[in-house]
Amino acid sequence: MTMPATQCLIRLHQEHHSLEDYQGGVPRWCSGCGDNAILAAIQRVCRDEDLRPEKTMFVSGIGCSSRLPHYMKTYGFHGIHGRAFPVAEGIKMARPDLHVFVNTGDGDCCSIGAAHWIHAIRYNMNMTVMLHDNHVYGLTKKQASPTSPLGLKSNTTPRGSQLAALNPLSVTLGVQNVSFVAQAVDWVPEVMYDIMSAAFRHRGFSFVRIIQRCPEFLPKMFEPWLHDPQKTLLLSHKDGLQISAGLSKTYRNQQEHDPSNIDRAREIASLEDPLPVGILYRNPQVPCYEDLRHPAQMRTPEFIRAGFEAELDKVTVWPDQDAQTQRAA
Amino acid sequence: MNDTLTADSGVGRKTSPTRETKKAVALAEHIVEVISDSGEGAQRCGQSLAAIAARMGNGIWTTEIIPAEIQPPARSVAGASGIRIRMGSRRVTNGGDETDVVVAFNEQVLLGRVQAGELKQGCTILLESMWREHRDPKIVASYAKVVDALANDGYRVCEVPLERECLTLVSDPRRGKNMFVLGMLCNIYSLDLKLGHEQIGRIFGKKDEKVIKSNQQLLDAGWQWAERNLDFKYRIPATRSAEPQIVVNGNTAIALGVLASGMEICAMYPITPATSASHFLSDVFERVGGIVHQAEDEIAACAFAIGASYAGKCAVTISSGPGISLKQEAIGLAVMAEIPLVVVNVQRGGPSTGQPTKVEQGDLLQACFGSHGDAPKVVIAPSSIEDCFYSIITARKIAETFNMVVVVLSDASLATAQQPFPRPRFSEDWLAPPVDQSPVPEGAKPYDWDPVTGLIRRFVPGQPGGMHTLTGLAHDRLSHVAYDPANNEEGLRHRSLKLAALQKTLKTPPVFGDPEGDMLVVGWGSTKGAIEEAVERLRAEGRKVSSLHLQFIQPMPSGIREIMQRFRQVIVVEANWSDSLEDQIIDESNRRYSALAMILRARTLVDIDCWSEARGQPIKPGAICAVVRERMKHGGTQQ
Repeated sequence: MTMPATQCLIRLHQEHHSLEDYQGGVPRWCSGCGDNAILAAIQRVCRDEDLRPEKTMFVSGIGCSSRLPHYMKTYGFHGIHGRAFPVAEGIKMARPDLHVFVNTGDGDCCSIGAAHWIHAIRYNMNMTVMLHDNHVYGLTKKQASPTSPLGLKSNTTPRGSQLAALNPLSVTLGVQNVSFVAQAVDWVPEVMYDIMSAAFRHRGFSFVRIIQRCPEFLPKMFEPWLHDPQKTLLLSHKDGLQISAGLSKTYRNQQEHDPSNIDRAREIASLEDPLPVGILYRNPQVPCYEDLRHPAQMRTPEFIRAGFEAELDKVTVWPDQDAQTQRAA
Repeated sequence: MNDTLTADSGVGRKTSPTRETKKAVALAEHIVEVISDSGEGAQRCGQSLAAIAARMGNGIWTTEIIPAEIQPPARSVAGASGIRIRMGSRRVTNGGDETDVVVAFNEQVLLGRVQAGELKQGCTILLESMWREHRDPKIVASYAKVVDALANDGYRVCEVPLERECLTLVSDPRRGKNMFVLGMLCNIYSLDLKLGHEQIGRIFGKKDEKVIKSNQQLLDAGWQWAERNLDFKYRIPATRSAEPQIVVNGNTAIALGVLASGMEICAMYPITPATSASHFLSDVFERVGGIVHQAEDEIAACAFAIGASYAGKCAVTISSGPGISLKQEAIGLAVMAEIPLVVVNVQRGGPSTGQPTKVEQGDLLQACFGSHGDAPKVVIAPSSIEDCFYSIITARKIAETFNMVVVVLSDASLATAQQPFPRPRFSEDWLAPPVDQSPVPEGAKPYDWDPVTGLIRRFVPGQPGGMHTLTGLAHDRLSHVAYDPANNEEGLRHRSLKLAALQKTLKTPPVFGDPEGDMLVVGWGSTKGAIEEAVERLRAEGRKVSSLHLQFIQPMPSGIREIMQRFRQVIVVEANWSDSLEDQIIDESNRRYSALAMILRARTLVDIDCWSEARGQPIKPGAICAVVRERMKHGGTQQ
């Protein structure tokens, strides 16, 4: 496979980037919003991976989550509600040389964009996805989302929501071609950073669900988890996360989990209490759609011309000899 | 209706099988139809006939007759599947009026065509006669009844033992009759049988020699049968063009246009009647390094194309009415964020699922005004098969130059119609430039609108120094979200100015006929051939009628009003709905005009009349003639 010309840039000098190289405008999220933690973690990942800001692309849909690209100093695409995935796929297909990140929310991904989510998993294009899951619509002011717990009182469910919550981990793990699934929580930033870093390094569709607090509309939602570390189950493995000694002092509820084991990953995904945090599944063998589709040939004008003329030849009626002689005369 | 062009309609003579050498009657043109149950190969037969005639140098126009279902019940009036081929000495620009010769595989599908009024009074019917000996007496009775009734009505019915004759050559005549019929038609129209053999080689090229051989035998047998048993023969004198021609339908032309435009990505979702363009592209696009992405839905297809375009490779999404409705929100994003995008709408009958396989020009207003808020986009409408090809190249260029959405409005009629046109000479100028990866000059802004033209220089990911976050929200020149009133207006004004900037580059379209007169017929899209043929006929009658055909509908070139003012009456003819003043409660205060008439009335303040038809059939030149004669009778001056 040949690389597009845009991938062939030679680095004449080693570049080093600092956090400021990725920091865009001042975030306008509420103070205490989990989105701030996600932003801080991904900016660290960009710096530590030394990504060139002009080659880095944050794509989002609509919602609080989807404001994130505005706070990066990379290229950003803040599109329309639910359609971050197909936009990101088009970008990646056209430009495999770009590092593509997607920021989406529980409404954006699991409700209005659910069809795209399922198929994005199937395509398994190389991108890192952050599902900012705060269990509620924030930007439109407190409506129930697909991940809202049963009985949640909101502006659209004033007497409590009637449906059980959708589990984004189980859904993702149920789709063919799934290649990376992890769960992070905004209140353990160290683990969130490690997970995002692993997600970025995985070649394929890396899906990270981040449980994130909404101080404005669901201020008490995650209180029990914040107060009781035992309610968080850290997943560790030599091929997964390694938990630091410092963290292990607080979060003692840990379990070895081999991320190549999809059956166990599905069992863990359906746990509600304790809440699993870590890498549930990773399979680097799943092919990426852009690799399957990308033409082996460089698109030179000569190459296009040859292919085009060959197609025309099949449908051409050539003038007979007489007519040609006549014309010559 | 073809009388002015037809030397001999062949009506009225009795069939008497003869072995005498027949003299071929020279014709200016003829319309022939082959109809069968779905799956009996009538379309392949007719397409082959058209291809052979085109190779002989005849003008052709094919119109597919497609039932809505894949496998409608056999022998049903509604299940007629087939094709109509208009062949002429000269270039043919439309499907014409009624059929002169029809080959029918059973009497029920034939009845469907008679009832639809598609056959010329007294035309020649070649009818499969196997039904006369069918074991079901009901079928025998039905067949006899129809044959008698048609003969009584003056049609020339020739019964042909297709099944019996084919059985002597193949075990399953259902799969071979069509080539036998092709042989018969080659004989009837004095076409070169050698070209027929070549055509079969082309169709079955991927199969083994045996299949080709067997079909060529069927072709020969059909030719022989007609030679021995029919007492009529025609010849449509042809002049082969001195230039190489290509013979394709509108959808293939669109796909070839995508190839030649330098676009690299087509994102689509299957929908009739647009899909065949993507089928062809799926087959050939990869050979020039392109990709057809079948997305999970229409919205995703559009968003995928937008993503690719944004990233520097202008993409196309191909769909039809219902799919376009779904894409409208994403189209609005492309307008707001000024991302180039080519949207092809192969229109079909609407609203809702409507008539998926039938022609209608019902999407003009959604093309111009679709999506929410003020979303200016370019709308162009090809009016011939050749136009389908070039309009895609033009669309890509405009999209990238102006950073706009360009909608190309084809329709089901162009999609399946075949018409030869000069083989395009490839030009590197057609191709898209390489993705710009140069550093952005210091201080340059992503939306630095030109105060006169509204144009911007877009920054593409990978360009150092150009980093910004594109947004569908109202934004300022730095692409920062900005809600203040002045900013919002600034964005609206500059996005709108781009249409005016493009309009300044457009030429006034030429008038067909005299530049002044009594009646100007205005149209757009696939109706061009029929309208201009009608104008020719009306002028031959001594009427002062001309026509004007619009390729650019948004923006509209200047000078249209001035052209209209040189005619006493102006009428728009198009294939969509408009109210009829003959309906009891319709009057000028509530009459709904056809789409283009509405736009033109608003733009020119000329009191434009309209006549439209949304029957799902291509508009016939004869119908236009009748309307124009009638409206001219009522006369009246405008304004």
